[in-house]
Amino acid sequence: MINKKDVEYIANLANLKIDEDDKELFTRQLDDILNYVEKLNELDTEGVVPTAYTVPMKNVLREDRVGLSIPREKALANAPDKKDGQFRVPRIISE
Amino acid sequence: MTTEYEVIIGLEVHVQLATESKIFCDCSTEFGAEPNTHTCPVCLGLPGTLPVLNKKVVDYAIMAGLALNCEISEYSKFDRKNYFYPDLPKAYQISQYDLPLCQNGYIEIETGNGSKKIGITRIHMEEDAGKLVHEGSIDRSTGSLVDYNRTGVPLIEIVSEPDMRSPAEAREYLTQLKKILEYLGVSDCNMEEGSLRCDANVSIRPVGQEEFGTKTELKNMNSFKAVEKALEYEVERQKQVLARGEEVIQETRTWDDSLNKTISMRGKEEAHDYRYFPEPDLVPLEIDAEWVNEIRENLPELPLERKERFISDYGLPAYDAGVLTDSRDLADLFEECVQAYDDPKTVSNWIMGEFLRLVKEAGIEVAESKITGKLLAKMLRLMDDGTISSKIAKTVFEEMFKTGKDPETIVEEKGLKQISDEGKLEEIVDQIILANPNVVEDIKNGKDKAIGFLVGQVMKETRGKANPQLVNKLLREKIK
Repeated sequence: MINKKDVEYIANLANLKIDEDDKELFTRQLDDILNYVEKLNELDTEGVVPTAYTVPMKNVLREDRVGLSIPREKALANAPDKKDGQFRVPRIISE
Repeated sequence: MTTEYEVIIGLEVHVQLATESKIFCDCSTEFGAEPNTHTCPVCLGLPGTLPVLNKKVVDYAIMAGLALNCEISEYSKFDRKNYFYPDLPKAYQISQYDLPLCQNGYIEIETGNGSKKIGITRIHMEEDAGKLVHEGSIDRSTGSLVDYNRTGVPLIEIVSEPDMRSPAEAREYLTQLKKILEYLGVSDCNMEEGSLRCDANVSIRPVGQEEFGTKTELKNMNSFKAVEKALEYEVERQKQVLARGEEVIQETRTWDDSLNKTISMRGKEEAHDYRYFPEPDLVPLEIDAEWVNEIRENLPELPLERKERFISDYGLPAYDAGVLTDSRDLADLFEECVQAYDDPKTVSNWIMGEFLRLVKEAGIEVAESKITGKLLAKMLRLMDDGTISSKIAKTVFEEMFKTGKDPETIVEEKGLKQISDEGKLEEIVDQIILANPNVVEDIKNGKDKAIGFLVGQVMKETRGKANPQLVNKLLREKIK
């Protein structure tokens, strides 16, 4: 069972602010989704290797060679705030 | 009665790999570039980009695994570790969670009671994060500046078993680990530039108790000495907490090198819930025996092997072999010199003595000195053929150390050539005899040792350039 606390916890981890009304809604919805997926647990997966990838590819590698980086102005082009060629972010530790 | 406690330490070491390019893109890994000049859409985490794994990162990680006696996994994958911090542009770090590349290894260390194996739980590959500079201190700053040059620089994380029983053992483990990684050439292991970083887990338990006590995690130690000091402080702190009848709290503590204490980071960190899941932008790694064998066959000689070889091939005492193989650069210098000058013990004496003294005085790394094995060999031959005395050799050596000049040039330029001309020396010897009649009398009365004083006077007069054997001979002839 998912409860409101779980929703608040997950929202906090995902850095999301959620209205009180939505919390009720999401609690119900998340619970429904998990119950639905729970059906999979009825399958016997004893001895089956977990699947991490569905594409039949492996070992896609590149050689260790340096290429061109992008100009700094471009790297910083979308920064909401910048200073001295660096991204500027709000203070990290809250009071 | 006071309780006796046993100390339990485990270490997590992050090592930057010495590749040219980053782990998932072809930006340069060069240290010290202007901020944000080594970035691209991949390492900036822009939407729609795809990471592609650098093969050398896997090669280096396998090398480290083999040198640290690990099993290399046949199947390995990457996972996303999710958390928000501005040094991480994607809001997740690509790391490895449940299927690391290497597992179950060990390092052998020397302790007061002989050698001991420290288990290595795992080695996994991951990407480094960017660098943050806070405007003012972290808790009072108005903002922080972010440089993403370091983002995506390849790392391996080496996690030990909780097998160390003292801060000194932890330091020895780090020393051996660093030495092995340097020999492999997979990292420059420069702690000041952050290419080797260490976190420590430490707890104490009453002697005889099976279960572990509550541990704390220590961060922010910038040298091996700081690791040892932080651990010593923390062990003592935990003992005092228990002595007061309180309980140790599981928490992260940061080492403050200027205050010489650990400080609780409690309340300054989010709960650790990283919600790992397989990285869908990368495909799995399958490492076959052929790949591993190829790397195994090309592994360089490791410190212990080299030490043994120095003892057997060059007939060096174990102590010399140990000091010389302490760093790969030092051992290389020794071998380069021995190739050109076939007297290993003499070469060893100069390197362990004068060379290491000057390195220490100058506060530099072995590799930064200007001395080469060839230069030292040439200087030793100048001593052998009598061009310079052993005393003058030290002067020449210091000059070579500073300038990297050829010893013959130094002797020429500074007029250090040994005076072996009998006629020239005779003049000076006569002067000294005249100036020291009392000493001469002593010698005549059988106080033979006093001749050393006169030799010294001649050397002083010639500023060390006189051939001491010849001076000795002349003095004896004239005084008799």
